[in-house]
Amino acid sequence: MAGRGGRGRGRSNMTFSLENLGIGRGEALPPSSLQPSPLFPPMTFQPVPLQTGEEVEYMLALKQELRAATKNLPYYIRQSAARRDVLRYSDKYHRDEARDSIMDWRPDWSRLPNELCIKVRKSQKKVLPQLKGTKTTTSGKEEVLSKLEFLEKKEEIVNSEDEEDEEKKKTNEEEEQEQEEELDEEEVEEETDYIMSYFDNGEDFGVDSDDNMDEATY
Amino acid sequence: MTAQEVRLCGLLLQEHFGDVVEKVGTHLLRNGAQHLRAIVQETGTPMDLVKKSLCVLIQHGACAFSSGRKGPGSPVEYQASFERILRILRYPRYIYTAKTLYGDTGELIIEELLQRGHMTMSSTVKTVADRLTLNMEEGHSMEYSEVSNTFSKLVETHFLQRCPPVEVAGKAVSATPDPATTPGAPANNTTPSTPESFADCYKVPHVTLIGRGKRRNSSEDGEDQRNAKRAKEDPETHGDEGIYWQVNFERFHLHFRDQAIISAVANKLDQTSSEIVRTMLRMSEVTTPPIATCTQALSANEIFRSLPPNYNISRPILDQYLTLLVDDPMEFVGKSGDSGGGMYVVNLHRALANLARATLESVVQERFGSRSARIFRLLLRKRHLEQKQVEDFAMIPAKEAKDMLYTLLSENLVQLQEIPKTPDHAPSRTFYLYTVNQLPTARMLLQNCFKTVANLIERRLFETKESKRLLEKSQRIEAILASLQASGAEPEQLTEVEEMITPPEKQQLESLRHHINKLDSAENQVDETIFLLESYIKAMKRL
Repeated sequence: MAGRGGRGRGRSNMTFSLENLGIGRGEALPPSSLQPSPLFPPMTFQPVPLQTGEEVEYMLALKQELRAATKNLPYYIRQSAARRDVLRYSDKYHRDEARDSIMDWRPDWSRLPNELCIKVRKSQKKVLPQLKGTKTTTSGKEEVLSKLEFLEKKEEIVNSEDEEDEEKKKTNEEEEQEQEEELDEEEVEEETDYIMSYFDNGEDFGVDSDDNMDEATY
Repeated sequence: MTAQEVRLCGLLLQEHFGDVVEKVGTHLLRNGAQHLRAIVQETGTPMDLVKKSLCVLIQHGACAFSSGRKGPGSPVEYQASFERILRILRYPRYIYTAKTLYGDTGELIIEELLQRGHMTMSSTVKTVADRLTLNMEEGHSMEYSEVSNTFSKLVETHFLQRCPPVEVAGKAVSATPDPATTPGAPANNTTPSTPESFADCYKVPHVTLIGRGKRRNSSEDGEDQRNAKRAKEDPETHGDEGIYWQVNFERFHLHFRDQAIISAVANKLDQTSSEIVRTMLRMSEVTTPPIATCTQALSANEIFRSLPPNYNISRPILDQYLTLLVDDPMEFVGKSGDSGGGMYVVNLHRALANLARATLESVVQERFGSRSARIFRLLLRKRHLEQKQVEDFAMIPAKEAKDMLYTLLSENLVQLQEIPKTPDHAPSRTFYLYTVNQLPTARMLLQNCFKTVANLIERRLFETKESKRLLEKSQRIEAILASLQASGAEPEQLTEVEEMITPPEKQQLESLRHHINKLDSAENQVDETIFLLESYIKAMKRL
């Protein structure tokens, strides 16, 4: 209300003095903008060109090689492709491919918390309903075994005994795998004339690759 | 954890480890320490994929786990480390430095360790020997002992260090050969233990490794399969199980810092001065702790004795150079005493501050012009100035000075400080001073750098996606060409295949390659600025 009668006395009544900030009397303020600033405003000063030289080229090549190499390492985790509506013949082979690269790398479980330990099942039959009965028993067996191992681990603290557990686990896994392989043979014999045991299921596939992704198995 | 940092980390994780790890990693970065169930629930990824991603992150040191905050019974919590993920940007620089210092062997060792996170010495040596053998001529192969020597040298100069042993409540202590190294660590690790706190950090284990690198030819595939099977069945032990090595980034950073100081001196003064500074830094490498403000005092006599032999400058000339360095306004070298012909130190923190200041000034100059840069430098030097004083000191007409000041103010490079004369802060009776604070401005520029790198990566991904079809076609044609050449085809067939790519497509591919190279190169360069600013901010934090 004090300002209403003040027309002509001053341009505006603001909390700070315009003179101190350098806008003198009678000077025009820059026009106010009515829209957001453009996304790519034209630059008054062009950026400085990039450095060139042997060092720079070498590091560039290194960077690109590293990027390409990491895609092939087992650390690159791909989500399994969405299951298509119709079962296809190639699914059987593609599934094993993906699993192999993950099997390539086995971390040192003693350096990781127990809960991160993954017990890998080599072959899972999710499609054929006939095996549901046998599958549940094998998975039940695995659960019991894993529980036993967990309890064992809890009691023992010393590392050497952990190694024993791992060996037992490995032998258990092998037994299960043998069982499942037998099931494989039985069930596939109905589909094809080829014996599954002659088929190299790609376990050694990733190991002797020609590049440097080979890591010593623990 | 700023939004820019999280975005950049997400992009880096996605490029190097895939989408799943990216989701888990960004979730951990945004939300701090979490336990497994929470991660699974909130990211909506299946449990075993989350487990795998955590394993990958821990393997690379990007994530640490500790027992829960609520006491020894609570589940294990995982925490991602933003700094470690950012180091991925600097991998080429580390590998190139290793190459300059230790040759191809050193380069490959560092490359293997960077790609794998951490490895035992024996597996590193074997893999590197195999890789080197591949590149050598037929009939030659690389001895394991040579590679082990280079490995030991890297450990001696602290470029590699042992991974600290793992201790979580209820977990087995990992087997290091010297149980005396693990001090009585408390059950809940509230203080992060650095690898250096363990005494055996730089001790090379006694490893029995005899052999040569194996060459993998295509004709030996059958043999390799059998060998590989045998190797899997009985793993060879070399006496260093459980001892993992990782790259010591801090040591590399000290090296980069020294390099930056030496090149700054070379640019400002001349080659001889930079050699003197290099000698001083080299002499104090072992005696200076990493957080020191300046190196240990070195006498002029010592410096004279340790100069490289091809630099035969006489003693009085060395003294003149040292005086010149001390008097230089950049204050790289300081004089701390007169005994022994003069005691000189290299002022590390001050050098870093000066380098950061030069970076800021250069940024202002390139974005706003040399006159704005003049104003900026003026404000840095004189701290607080009024509007009128700025115009006078910078010798710029009032209207333009005002304009430039406001542009800088709107970009937040310059701040306004009010100093009231009266307690009621009346505007007509208040001083308004312009000022520049170096540290907050450096922090702001650092965030800008992160945003820049993230934008560069996104643009590169966009460009690759646009021409995906073309890239795939060219890859297929290259594969066909390679297989044709291997099976010995006639040149007409080769040209026929090559012509499957039309000339405009070739041009497109060429320009795409050019763009991607430019973007990659720009990323490397911005990373150099990031390194400078980060070192400066870290050095200031310790004061």
